[in-house]
Amino acid sequence: MGAEFVQFSLVPILIGVFASIACALPGNFLVLRKQALIGDAISHVVLPGIVVAFLVTGVIATAPMMLGAAGAAIVAVILIEAIKRLGGIEPGAAMGVTFTTLFAAGVLLLEQSDTSNVHLDVEHALMGNLESLIWLRASGWASLTDPVALSSVPDELWRIAVVAGLISALTLAFWRWLKISTFDPGFAQALGIPTQAVGFALVVVAAVAAVAAFDAVGSIIVIAMFICPPAAARLMTNTLTTQVWLSLGFATISAIGGYVLAGYGPLWLGGQNAVSAAGMIAAVSGFVLALACLFGPQRTRAGAAAEA
Amino acid sequence: MTTTPRPVLVSDTADDTSSAPLAVRGLTVSYGDKPAVFSVDATFVPGSMTAIIGPNGAGKSTMLKAVLGVIPRVSGETTIFGAPLGSERERVAYVPQRASVDWDFPTTALDVVMMGLYRKVGLLGRFRRDDRAQARACLARVGMEDFADRQIGQLSGGQQQRVFLARALAQDADLYVLDEPFAGVDAATERAIIEVLKDLQARGKTVIAVHHDLATVRDYFDHVFLMNVRKIAEGPVDQAFTTDTLHATYGGRLEATHLDQLELVGA
Repeated sequence: MGAEFVQFSLVPILIGVFASIACALPGNFLVLRKQALIGDAISHVVLPGIVVAFLVTGVIATAPMMLGAAGAAIVAVILIEAIKRLGGIEPGAAMGVTFTTLFAAGVLLLEQSDTSNVHLDVEHALMGNLESLIWLRASGWASLTDPVALSSVPDELWRIAVVAGLISALTLAFWRWLKISTFDPGFAQALGIPTQAVGFALVVVAAVAAVAAFDAVGSIIVIAMFICPPAAARLMTNTLTTQVWLSLGFATISAIGGYVLAGYGPLWLGGQNAVSAAGMIAAVSGFVLALACLFGPQRTRAGAAAEA
Repeated sequence: MTTTPRPVLVSDTADDTSSAPLAVRGLTVSYGDKPAVFSVDATFVPGSMTAIIGPNGAGKSTMLKAVLGVIPRVSGETTIFGAPLGSERERVAYVPQRASVDWDFPTTALDVVMMGLYRKVGLLGRFRRDDRAQARACLARVGMEDFADRQIGQLSGGQQQRVFLARALAQDADLYVLDEPFAGVDAATERAIIEVLKDLQARGKTVIAVHHDLATVRDYFDHVFLMNVRKIAEGPVDQAFTTDTLHATYGGRLEATHLDQLELVGA
């Protein structure tokens, strides 16, 4: 574990960990609010926005990507309302049609556009680009204190680190609002907590996490990062604080374990090539969830029985 | 559906809305096109215990939620102790219907009661040792001190309702608004809850509760508010809880034999 690790694996692993944490934090509350699929919907909707932002600016940078994603989200809301009213179709169907259509539009746009000089193509958009985010000038652990080497660390790392830090700070600051309005919205509203704004902000934060995690895991597999660690953590404990901490632990384990297994696992098995890191991160987080389902201490729900 | 009930007017106990714990003028709330609560006026008397009575779908819960700003209203004014809700929020404790929350939520009974202290400590303030002690004392008042660390989903319906009441006690309010506190609870819990509510009243607090069991209205409450989308009657039990007002509230849905058992005035 020397120079080669720092150059090729350290940055992708860190990006994976930050992306997992950024997604797991809002994921906890989405899962508790039974809105887990909102993460999935968001990741589909924002794709055309990200692609358009890229086509307009020619670079993959945070601000245009977020703006593009926000634009796509607005288009989605308008489309859903229009289909619902003009077509007289039930909301679920209108959403389903809108999400898949926008996602398809994003894929087609990507295919048709010339992205040969940048790492943005259909495969990366869907499954992430983690392996290519290497630290070219790193020559070993000493590079961590070398300003020249540090200047060549991929921007994606700073971007996702800032987003993860921001989401952590927001979660901490609004912990009580999130908790009370998730558990008992009526009571929260009577206390004067703006529950609708809290719910909307949660979705916005999830969207920001999805866009920021785009580099790491693409726009499909991100759903595993929203749902698996929090769902697994919920099966391990009956306390919200513990659940959130555990979900961060599971997210970290999945990111590191997934990346290492993807890179070295096939070699250990006598194979030749590495497999998709994002795919393996999702697979590991799914495996953690499966273990929690089988062995988690809180896997039986006492609530249903107590109703009788 | 029944025909629109004939309004039965009963003398108001107090027209003085400036000091009323809760006063409502012209409140209308609707879900979609249909009004759930239509043009309701109400004045609740300080230190009273009032039952809100009406058939299913009469808008009882809806009225309370709109009054407390939980759901939006179409029109109407409400005042809490003579002032708008915003400035008097901490004087009101609200106990929602038990079925309205997710009891699977990862939290303990004590933790739920601590939510009642939220306005005291604020968004970021830390809970101190005496806050915790206060929450435990509230659990003890409803006989739930031994269940403090139990996950709320593992409690029975009656125990969950007591935890909700303990949370309201922790708020140390002047007006207590309870939505169906006796729904689906055991007899022991019902006795425990009414004991706590009567104690609150003895200390000068005002209690308003949505109530379904007409047989216990006289024992538990001193005032009633009858409604079916519109207000039918309000006032002291002796005056407002009569055969006429109940017929007007429930239409043909009340059995004559049922009414006989209520020992109503004017029957």
